[in-house]
Amino acid sequence: MAEGVEGGRADARYLVLHSSAVRITHWLNALAIFIMIGSGWRIYNWEPLFGFQFPVWLTFGGWPEVSQHWHNEQGLAGALQWHFAAMWLLVVNLLIYLVYGVISGHFRRALLPIRPGEIVRDLGAALSGHLVHRVGERNAVQKAMYVGVITVIMLTVLSGLSIWKPVQFQELTAAFGGYDVARYVHFFCMAAIVLFLAVHLTLTALVPTVLPPMITGRVGRRQ
Amino acid sequence: MSTSHKTDRRGFLKGGLSLGALSLLSGCDLTDNEPAQRLLWNMSWWNDRVQAWLFNPNRLAPTYPESAVDRVFRYNAFYPEDEAPKLDPATYKLELSGAIRDKRTWTVDRLYQLPKASQITRHVCVEGWSRIGKWSGCPLRNFLERIEADITKKYVGFICADGYYTSIDMPTALHPQTIMAFTFADQILPRKFGYPMKIRIPTKLGFKNPKFVVALSVTDAYPGGFWEDYGYNWFSGS
Repeated sequence: MAEGVEGGRADARYLVLHSSAVRITHWLNALAIFIMIGSGWRIYNWEPLFGFQFPVWLTFGGWPEVSQHWHNEQGLAGALQWHFAAMWLLVVNLLIYLVYGVISGHFRRALLPIRPGEIVRDLGAALSGHLVHRVGERNAVQKAMYVGVITVIMLTVLSGLSIWKPVQFQELTAAFGGYDVARYVHFFCMAAIVLFLAVHLTLTALVPTVLPPMITGRVGRRQ
Repeated sequence: MSTSHKTDRRGFLKGGLSLGALSLLSGCDLTDNEPAQRLLWNMSWWNDRVQAWLFNPNRLAPTYPESAVDRVFRYNAFYPEDEAPKLDPATYKLELSGAIRDKRTWTVDRLYQLPKASQITRHVCVEGWSRIGKWSGCPLRNFLERIEADITKKYVGFICADGYYTSIDMPTALHPQTIMAFTFADQILPRKFGYPMKIRIPTKLGFKNPKFVVALSVTDAYPGGFWEDYGYNWFSGS
């Protein structure tokens, strides 16, 4: 038995690439983010910050016509219900992940340190097609993106709290520049997460072998 | 949740329905079945409890200078502005019921003689927009003491002349900034904003601030609310 990449057990046939804690929190987070963004877009549509709305089929919270039956309106209540239910999944799962990441050494092993020089080097290599993908190793650009998106998710939660409770958490709301500014911060954090997802999903599509290990945790040694 | 606001969106929302193949992607089917509805109602009830726990009775909503007041305040109701009730001060009565010792009804004249407190606070709508306005009127706590209401009860419920109704928790009813507002922007409360009296609660979302209030009750029996009964979160604290 040898140490897996994530410190788990492995043998001659496979490496443990992702621990079960990372896999479970990853997929729960994916579910929570999916619901939060979908319902958030519906909520946004009721009072757009900019001159556009999200197509309703991309939003989450029940069919508008069914909503007329349940909620006497066209779908805001359903979106709010989902948003304020899924926030618990997002936050509890995030806290578990953060505590696990620190205590298990996952952050130290997998995401840190991030050196600006390495990011520039790896980004250049990636764009010119010379970046070597080694199983179980994240390059500096990946590390920066993962640390970045985790930070943005935390900012999204904090700006969301400041919109939800501008009286009880008024210091937090003030730190974001007040209620109206906090709404913009919340929006741009969402936009940053969507941008991350676009890259994350594109790369997974380009290198589909990275997907099975996020489900099983393992990768064969021959790969 | 104004009607005009919603009808504007209706065409837009219906336009999306033709893309039925993507319904699963948007999770619409998931939401519209009974178990999902139950789960969501339970989560909303849980959020009521969390918000009651978060509510600090001594924590004041931020107040603003006169210069911050929005000069054009937004009208919002479930009907257009010209359908707002036109209450006659000669016949208006505020009726009291429930755990209240002095249940005599109140006329506009008597109400307007009550001691007044003034506030410039932010009205936050569940839809996301907010406006800063100036209201003044009698702190609800003062009124509840005056009518010898039992403040150990759980709820204060309000019924409005336009068919609207809502209810709040007793700690919020006793909060120093919860007032029976008689004026808006230093003028007698205009018809569109709830003449002769609205309940102004800066620690709650806008739809928890009933206008045209004609009846007040103090009770342990959950009175619900117009939007709350349709699935909007009951506590809806800010």
